[in-house]
Amino acid sequence: MSSNKKYWKSVEELNQDNGSMVEALKHKEFVQEIPVDEFLGDKDTLETSSTTRRDFLKYVGFSTAAASLAACEGPVKKAIPYVVQPDQIIPGVANYYATAIANGHDFASILVKTREGRPIKIENNDLATTNGSANARVNASVLDLYDSLRVGWPIKNGEDSSWVEFEEDTTAQLNALKNAGKEIVLLTQTFASPSTSKLISEFKEKYGNVRHVVYDAISESAAVEAYQNTYGERGLANYDFSKASTIVSVGADFLGDWQGGGFDTAYAKGRIPDHGKMSRHIQFESNMSLTGANADKRVPLTPSEQKVALAKIYGKVTGASVSGSLPAHIEEAVNGAASELLKAGSNAVLVSGIQDVNAQTVVFAINEALASKAFDPSTPIKTRQGDDKAVAKLVADMNAGTVGALIMSGVNPMYTLPNAADFEAGLANVDLSVAFSMKEDETSSLVQYIAAAPHYLEAWGDVEMKKGHYALAQPAIRPLFDTKQFQEALLMWNGNSSTYHDYIKDNWNTNILNGGSWNQALHDGVFVGAGAAVEDTADTEEVGTAIDASAAARALASASSNGFELTIYSKTGMGDGQQANNPWLQEFPDPLSRITWDNYLTISEADAQELGLALEASNFFVTSSHDATGGLNGKYANITANGVTVTAPVIIQPGQAKGTVGLSFGYGRTLGLKSEMQTGVNAYPLYANFNNVQDVTIEVAEGRHEFASVQLHNTLMGRGDIIKETSLEIFNTKDAKEWNPMPMVALDHKMTPVTDPSVDLWDEFDRSIGHHFNLSIDLNACTGCGACVIACHAENNVPVVGKEEIRRSRDMHWLRIDRYYSSEESFEGDNEKKDNIKGLGSSLSSFGEMESPSANPQVAFQPIMCQHCNHAPCETVCPVAATSHGRQGQNHMAYNRCVGTRYCANNCPYKVRRFNWFLYNDNDEFDYYMNDDLGRMVINPDVTVRSRGVMEKCSMCIQMTQKTVLDAKRDGREVKPNEFKTACSAACSSGAMVFGDINDKKSDIAALKDDKRAYHLLEHVGTKPNVVYQVKVRNTNEA
Amino acid sequence: MLLLCEIFITEYCSICMKKSYQSIEGNSTNDMKQVIHRNLTHRFLLTGLLFLLTLSTSLLAQEGDPAKGKTLFNTNCAACHNLDRAMTGPALRHVEQRLADDQGLDREWLAAWIRNSAAMIKDGDAYAVKIYADYKNAAMTAFPQLSDQDISDILAYTAQEKAAPAADAGGGVVVDPAQQSGGISNELILGALAILFVLLGLGLIMVNRTLRRFAAANNVEIAEEAQRKSLWKAFVQNQFLMLVVAIFFLLSSAYFAYGYFMQLGVDQGYQPVQPIHFSHKIHAGDNKIDCKFCHSAARTSKTSGIPSLNVCMNCHKSIFEYNGETTAEYTKEFYDGEIKKLYDAVGWDDAEQEYTGETKPVKWIRVHNLPDFAYYNHSQHVTVAGIECQTCHGPVEEMEVLYQHAPLTMGWCVNCHRETNVKVKDNGYYEKIHEELSKKYGVEQLTAAQMGGLECGKCHY
Repeated sequence: MSSNKKYWKSVEELNQDNGSMVEALKHKEFVQEIPVDEFLGDKDTLETSSTTRRDFLKYVGFSTAAASLAACEGPVKKAIPYVVQPDQIIPGVANYYATAIANGHDFASILVKTREGRPIKIENNDLATTNGSANARVNASVLDLYDSLRVGWPIKNGEDSSWVEFEEDTTAQLNALKNAGKEIVLLTQTFASPSTSKLISEFKEKYGNVRHVVYDAISESAAVEAYQNTYGERGLANYDFSKASTIVSVGADFLGDWQGGGFDTAYAKGRIPDHGKMSRHIQFESNMSLTGANADKRVPLTPSEQKVALAKIYGKVTGASVSGSLPAHIEEAVNGAASELLKAGSNAVLVSGIQDVNAQTVVFAINEALASKAFDPSTPIKTRQGDDKAVAKLVADMNAGTVGALIMSGVNPMYTLPNAADFEAGLANVDLSVAFSMKEDETSSLVQYIAAAPHYLEAWGDVEMKKGHYALAQPAIRPLFDTKQFQEALLMWNGNSSTYHDYIKDNWNTNILNGGSWNQALHDGVFVGAGAAVEDTADTEEVGTAIDASAAARALASASSNGFELTIYSKTGMGDGQQANNPWLQEFPDPLSRITWDNYLTISEADAQELGLALEASNFFVTSSHDATGGLNGKYANITANGVTVTAPVIIQPGQAKGTVGLSFGYGRTLGLKSEMQTGVNAYPLYANFNNVQDVTIEVAEGRHEFASVQLHNTLMGRGDIIKETSLEIFNTKDAKEWNPMPMVALDHKMTPVTDPSVDLWDEFDRSIGHHFNLSIDLNACTGCGACVIACHAENNVPVVGKEEIRRSRDMHWLRIDRYYSSEESFEGDNEKKDNIKGLGSSLSSFGEMESPSANPQVAFQPIMCQHCNHAPCETVCPVAATSHGRQGQNHMAYNRCVGTRYCANNCPYKVRRFNWFLYNDNDEFDYYMNDDLGRMVINPDVTVRSRGVMEKCSMCIQMTQKTVLDAKRDGREVKPNEFKTACSAACSSGAMVFGDINDKKSDIAALKDDKRAYHLLEHVGTKPNVVYQVKVRNTNEA
Repeated sequence: MLLLCEIFITEYCSICMKKSYQSIEGNSTNDMKQVIHRNLTHRFLLTGLLFLLTLSTSLLAQEGDPAKGKTLFNTNCAACHNLDRAMTGPALRHVEQRLADDQGLDREWLAAWIRNSAAMIKDGDAYAVKIYADYKNAAMTAFPQLSDQDISDILAYTAQEKAAPAADAGGGVVVDPAQQSGGISNELILGALAILFVLLGLGLIMVNRTLRRFAAANNVEIAEEAQRKSLWKAFVQNQFLMLVVAIFFLLSSAYFAYGYFMQLGVDQGYQPVQPIHFSHKIHAGDNKIDCKFCHSAARTSKTSGIPSLNVCMNCHKSIFEYNGETTAEYTKEFYDGEIKKLYDAVGWDDAEQEYTGETKPVKWIRVHNLPDFAYYNHSQHVTVAGIECQTCHGPVEEMEVLYQHAPLTMGWCVNCHRETNVKVKDNGYYEKIHEELSKKYGVEQLTAAQMGGLECGKCHY
C-alpha cells in the first residue's frame, strides 16, 4: 500500500495558521512584487525633474544607437601559445591526476581534472578503497586554490619578506634557541603523513628540545585516547558499515564528520534493498543530524541521556548490571535497540559520538561482545591524532614562558581555541613564532613570520589514512605564488638539500612500497601495503591504562545535567571553518535546515515556545517569521556557558531533542576572508575543554535575524506523490502496484494508466535509435550529503549569487536536494482536532499531541534537477524556441536564443529553471570569485558562462555526454556500458545517482528504469521525465 | 624525423636545384618528357650531354657524385650541418680540403669520424676531442651505414663552390617591374578611356549646339521642354505608379538594411596583421607541410591549437634564412627578419646555436573567433568526419597573410550539416546506429542533420 503520508517542508507549513506565506507561495511563482512604486511612485521627483519625457527618449535613442554602433566592431582577441608546450598537455583536452587532500579535517584520495594546466574540478578516485570519495567540502576545495586573499610570499612582522631572509632569520634563531636549551614546539594539524613524521623526527634529532603537538580543531581526542588505552596505538577504530545489518548509533553523525568521515559509501551499500534485505539503522541523538535523517528509527534524547542509554545498551548486551534512569519511551527504545543488536549478533554494530573516554571504551566492549564483523580495530584510522591535553599544556607553557619557538602549520588556534585569549597572551612570550598559512588569518596575523603555504593542489605529500592504506599527493599546477610548504621548510632547517618530492620518493621506496613501483603508486594515488611502523612523533600527555568497560559504563550511567545541553556540531558545508572563504560552500544549503550563508542555534519547537513565553509575550518564532519576500526570519538568543556568551540567531529544528540546542562550528571567521564571507557566529569559544556538549543557559536577545533559506522557495504547489515511500515489510510482501501505483486518468470513463499512449496529448517520438539518456536517483541510497550540488557548481559554472539574492529566492543551483519531513500519521487530523478543542484541559492535551509530528519527524532527501521531460511543458511555451528537445532525451537550453520571458520557469512543474537576474561574472557587485582573474581560472571552458537575462538549468551535463560520444567515435568503437556520466552521478559516492543510456541494455540504467521501485516525479502530469526515482523503503521491522 | 627531412629536401629542391641541377634531379623528369616529345634534335643533344656527364663522372669515380652527395647530405647531415654556417656542427664546405690543409687529416680520418665519432673521442684522438669540445660536447650521430662511395659523394658535394645568390634575387626582381608596369598600364588605359568619354561628351554637346543653331536659323520650333514637364507631372499624378515606386523603394531599403544587419559581427575576410609575418603560402603551399603537422591538436582536441614555438624550432633551428620566391614587398631580407623575430621570441641565440632562456611568448591575433556560446570541436570534424581543413578555412596554402575564409555564421554551419554525409565507414561507433537509421529513413547515406546534428544542444551548452 502506498504510504499516504503528508509531507511538509517547514514548521510554517505544518501550522498553517502561522502565517499566510505558504499560501502566498502556493499561488505565486515569484514571490516578490515588481517594485513599480519604487521608480514611479515618487511623483514629486518626477515632476521637478529637469529632464522631460521627450529629452529622456532622446537620450535613450542616442545611447542605444551609440551602443549598437560601438558593438559593431568586434574586439581583437589575442591567442598566446606556449613557447615550449609540455608533452602531456594538448590544449582543449583535460588531464587527470591522482592526488590526495589532507587538510587536517578532510582526508580523501581524489582525481583532479586539469585543463591547460589549471585544476578545475575534483573527482572521485575509483582506485582508492579508503576515503576515495570526495564530500562537498573536498569538491569545493579546488576553488580555495584560486582564493584572491592568499598570502603570496613570506611576511615578516607584517612586511613583505623573502624566503632567503626567512631561512637566514629562522635558522639563526632556532640554533640560538637550541644552544640556549629552550623548547621548540611544532603545533600542527593531523598530517597522518609517514614522510612528515620522518622529517619531524629528524628535526627533533637536530634541535634536541623539540615538542610536536598535534591539534585537531574539532577534537576526537577522547576516541583516540580510548583506542590507545584499549589497543595500545593512537588511532580510531575502523568500521565497515556495509557488513552490518543492524546499526545502532548513539550520537555518532557517521555520515557527517564523525571520526574523520568517509563511511557513507559503505553505509549506502547496505541501504539498497537487495533480495528483500537492507540494513536497519537506529539513531539516538539530540541534534537532527544527516545520519539521524537517514535512520529507520530516530530517538531524540539529550546528550546526558545518550550516555545513560549507551551504558544501558552495554548492560543488555553483556549482561552486566547498569543502573541509571531514563524516560520511559527512551528506555523502551534503548531496550529495543539492545535486543536488535543481540539478535543480529555479529552482523550488528554500535557506534557512538560521545566525546568521552568511558563512552568510547564501552563502544569497543559492546562491539567485541557482539563480535561485530563491521568493527575493525586492527586497521586503525589515522586521520585524527590531536591531543587536547597536550594543546592545553602548550598554552599553559607558553604563558609560563618556557616555549622558545612556536612553529604552526595547518592550524588556526586563535580562531579554533576556546581559550584563544590565553593563546594570544602566551604568543607574546614566545621568542620565535612562525605560521605556515595560506591566509593572513586570525592566527597568522599575530605571528612574526607568515610562511606562505601552498594549496594542497600545488604541493607534494603522502597520507596514511588507515594503517597500511596510503595515499600520495602530487601537485596539479605550478605554485601560483612564492610559497613553501611546511615540509620543505623542515628539510631546510634539517640541512637537507633534497626536495620534498625526492624525500617522499626515497622514503616510500625504502619504507612503504616494499618493492612496488613508485610510478604506479603515483599514478594510482593510492597504495595498500603492510603498514610499516611509522614513528609517532606527536608528543602526547601521559598514556592511560585500559579502563574496565563495566566501570566505564557505571560512570556513564550516572550522567545527568541541569538546564539546556548544547551540542556543537560540524556542518556538512563548512566543517571546521578553514574553508570559510569559499563562496560555493557558503552558498551550499545545509541538507537539513536548507539555510545558506549562516549558522544558527537549533532548538525544538516546544522549547522555543516555552522560552519565549517565559521571557515575554512574544516568542522566538513570531508570526512575522517570514518577511514579504519570503525570507525566513529568526530571533537572536544569548547562549551562555562557563561565563562565555555567544549571540546566535535561532531556528526551530524539527526533531531536535527537547532540552537541547545545537550550534555549528565553522562560522564567525573575521580575518583572511572577504566581507561577504564573514557570516554566522563562532562556536569555538563555547567549546570549553574540547567538549562538544556543554551545559548552557539560553536567553532571548534583541533584534531579528534575516536568514537566506531555500527551504520555502518553489514549493510544489501542494501536489502529491512527490516522494513515494514504503516499509520493507510491505515492499517484500505486497505487489508493486500497491506501494508504487501508476497514476490513472479517465479516458472515455475508463481508468487508464497515465503512461498509456492513448491518453497522450502528444505523438511519441521514436527514441530507440542512438542514445537515450536517463538518470536514476535512489531515494534509499541518497544520504543528502550534497557532494553532487558542489560538483554541479564546478562542472557547469553555476554562479554564486550571495546571501541577499538567495533571500529573494534567486538561488542558481541547478541541482538542489529537497528535504521533506513527514510524520507517522497524517496531520490533517490534527487541524480537525484543533478546531474541536473545548476547554483548557482538552486544549493542553490536544496541543501536546499535535506537537509530536514536529518533535520527531522522518526525513527524506530528494535531489531535484531538470527532469528532462520528453513532453516538456517548458518547451511548448517558449516564444523564441530557445529550449527544445534533443533526440537523446535531453532538454536543450540555447542561452543565446533566450530573451528572458521566464514563461518556461512558470510552466515548469518541478521548479528547476533558474533565471539570471544579474550579470554574475566580471561584476564587482558579486565579489565572490567570478570577478577576478584568479577566481575565473576555475571556470570550465566547455560550458558557457551565462549572462544577465537568460534562463538556465541542468543540461544533464551534455558537454560530458557529447565528449563520451566523441571519444568513442574517435576510437571507432561503441560506447561502453556505464561509460556515460554526469557531474552529479560521478560525484555520488553512495551509488544513489546512476546515469546512462537506456538503449544500451548492458548498462545499469536500463535495468533501473524498469525496476519495480522506479517512478517518475508528478507522473500524473504526463511529462514523461527522463529522470527516474526509486521508491524509498524504510526498514521499520522491529526485531 | 622523417617528415623533417622531407621538409629539408623540398626546401632545398625548390631553392637551389631548379637553377643548377635541373637535369639530374627527379623533379625535372617532367621537363625532360616534354622535351622528348618536342623534337628529336633535342633528344640527341641531351643523350650526348648525358653521355658526356657519365663519362666525366666515371672519370671522377673516386671523388664522388655531388648530386648523390647532396641527397645524402640532406637526408643525413642537414639537421646539424650547413655548408657555410656553423650550426650544431661545423660548416662543411671544403671540409676535406680544410682538414687536409690545417690538420693534415685525410679522408680515412673523416670516414672514421663519420662512422663512429664517439669511439674516436673515447680513444683520445686529439682533433676529435678538440672538435667535440668546440661544439659543446654535442655527440655526432654515428653513420656506420654510409659506404665509402657515399662518403665520397657527400664530400664531393661539400667540395663544390658556393652558388651565386644574385641569381635568386635577380629572379625576384624581374617579376616585380612587370607587375608594376602592368599596374601603370591599367591606369593609363583607364585614364585614356576617361579622356575619350569626356571628348565624346564634349563632341555631343557641340553637335547639339550646332543643330540648335541650325534650327534657330531655319525657324524650327523646339517644344521638347514642355513635353518633359508634363511627363514628370503625369508620373506624380499617377497614384498607382507612385504606389509601386514607394513599395519598391521600401522593399529595396528593407533589403539593404537586412543585408547590413546580417553582416554585423560576421568577420568574413578578417585579415589582421600578425606580430610575426607567418606565411601559410610558404609553409603549406610551397613546402607542402601538412596542416596537422603543426596544428596537431586538431586531431584530438576541440581546438586546432596554435603551434607552440618549439614546434617552429624543430625546423627553424636549421632553416635560418629564406631562399624561396620573393616579391618587392616580401623580400628575402623581410622573411629572414621574420625568422629572426621567431628566434627572439623563443630565445634562440643563432650565433651561439643555443637557447638563452629568455622567451617572449608571441601574441598572435586570433583570426577565427567563434562566440563563447557556440561549441565547436576540431577533432570531431577532422578525425571523425575526415573533413579537409580547407573546407572551412579556404585555400590557406595560397594565403600569404591568413584571413577568415568562411562567414562562420550559424546558417553556414547548418547548411553544411544538412548537406554533408556522415563518414560511417570503418567506424565501430556508427555501425549499429547507421544500420537502424538508414532503415528508418530508407537511405544509405545519412547526413549530419539526420544524425541529430541540427539540435540546439549539440553546439550550444
